[in-house]
Amino acid sequence: MRALTFALALAALAAAAAPAGAQQAPAADPAKVQAVVKAAFPKAPADWQARLEQDATMRECTAHGNNPPKAASEAIRKREAAAIEYPPDGKFLGDWQKGEALAQSGYGLRFTDTSTSRPNGGNCYACHKLTRTELSYGTIGPSLGNYGKIRDFGAEDAKAVYEKIYNSHAAFPCSLMPRFGANKILTIEQIKDLVALLMSPESPVNKE
Amino acid sequence: MTRSVFLLAVLVAAAGLPSIAPAQDATEKALEVYRQMLRDDPWSNPGNLDVDRGEQLWKTPRGPKNVSLERCDLGKGPGKVEGAFAELPRYFADADRVMDVETRILWCMVSLQGFSHAELVAKPHPGGGQPVKELGAIATYVAHQSSGMKFAAPLAHPKEKEAAALGEALFVRRSGPFDFACATCHADQGRRIRLQPLPFLSQPAEARKVVGEWPGYRVSTSHVMTLQHRLYDCFWQMRMPQLELGSEASVALVSYLVRQAAGGDVAAPGLKR
Repeated sequence: MRALTFALALAALAAAAAPAGAQQAPAADPAKVQAVVKAAFPKAPADWQARLEQDATMRECTAHGNNPPKAASEAIRKREAAAIEYPPDGKFLGDWQKGEALAQSGYGLRFTDTSTSRPNGGNCYACHKLTRTELSYGTIGPSLGNYGKIRDFGAEDAKAVYEKIYNSHAAFPCSLMPRFGANKILTIEQIKDLVALLMSPESPVNKE
Repeated sequence: MTRSVFLLAVLVAAAGLPSIAPAQDATEKALEVYRQMLRDDPWSNPGNLDVDRGEQLWKTPRGPKNVSLERCDLGKGPGKVEGAFAELPRYFADADRVMDVETRILWCMVSLQGFSHAELVAKPHPGGGQPVKELGAIATYVAHQSSGMKFAAPLAHPKEKEAAALGEALFVRRSGPFDFACATCHADQGRRIRLQPLPFLSQPAEARKVVGEWPGYRVSTSHVMTLQHRLYDCFWQMRMPQLELGSEASVALVSYLVRQAAGGDVAAPGLKR
């Protein structure tokens, strides 16, 4: 009886530990994958061709299922940290109200986003909870409610969050979050506005 | 003492099991009531209008060669529609490649009816509020003729195996200015974008529930959306260029999804948000 219970528990543990959707298919040849990607977007204009290629970080994160071994992880962290540009004025906090608008906007870089005047957004709410009153938030990333308050509004934390938004892989190699600064999605000024949304004592994010 | 340790082990194991669904929010519950009403009265799904339209388009002589698609071989012999969709994508010797339903209909419209390939893929998907294009309506009809059957795409031919493996590689491949892959949003349990729940497509149990609903009537854009269109829309949101209908990559992704959904029911046209 006891042996049976034990066996059941082990079986349940094994089932829980098995990777979801584990496949037995042979892995695809990387050169073939790249060739079919090239062929899949024949309408892509010349200045979009770069989007079909992977840089070293994308390639390594893809190869390791976003869970790189220690040495690879450290190499990614180092390389991406080196790609961070800092605000020329040395200040990390911009305007949290502008930051809130950026966090709401998912505009930019899609093939229908042709406006020359409308700025790209950060679309933070797609994945994160931020201001308590905004109920339409996603759950791919962690909740950022009270982000600054929890950290006592520390100056070092403001710098760290700037770095995370500018280049998430510098803090978390193979993060799912876009490299907003390094990939020129947002400007340095826009990133400072997002830092203020998270780190300013006046920001509604810190008034939960 | 020992017993409580065992009990704890079982509880811990159970908590990790993917079969325990996260709490559904009210919106999802309301949608489920709507879906149940549709199941009770299938004729209330507007997608059925395109099933009928697609059937007419299939049977009517059309194109420069003025012939119907009734000689089109969807894998079970010329003109045999019933059950064909449940066994797609598959390898077709005449085209020497693997094809999903839309790519195969495209091939038949070009080779049998004489339509222009370039014209059919130039703007293959409808804008919001516009009806699904003719090719998509035919695909909806063909898919409906497998409704209630289980997905059983063949995986014997080397090119069918290659397509499924290629699809899996494309599913996890990160690219574009946002570094996104399909897996960024669809490789975890119970996640959502804003309030929209995301299907966990790399998990067969969840893939079996959702893949069979394509082509489906999409309430938010009030038209039938095909699976090729759904993929095109994902790549748009991923900041990638326009995915070519019938491209090897698009068919490979369909092969991967259908393989994940193997054993699940075809329920086309489904009803989507």
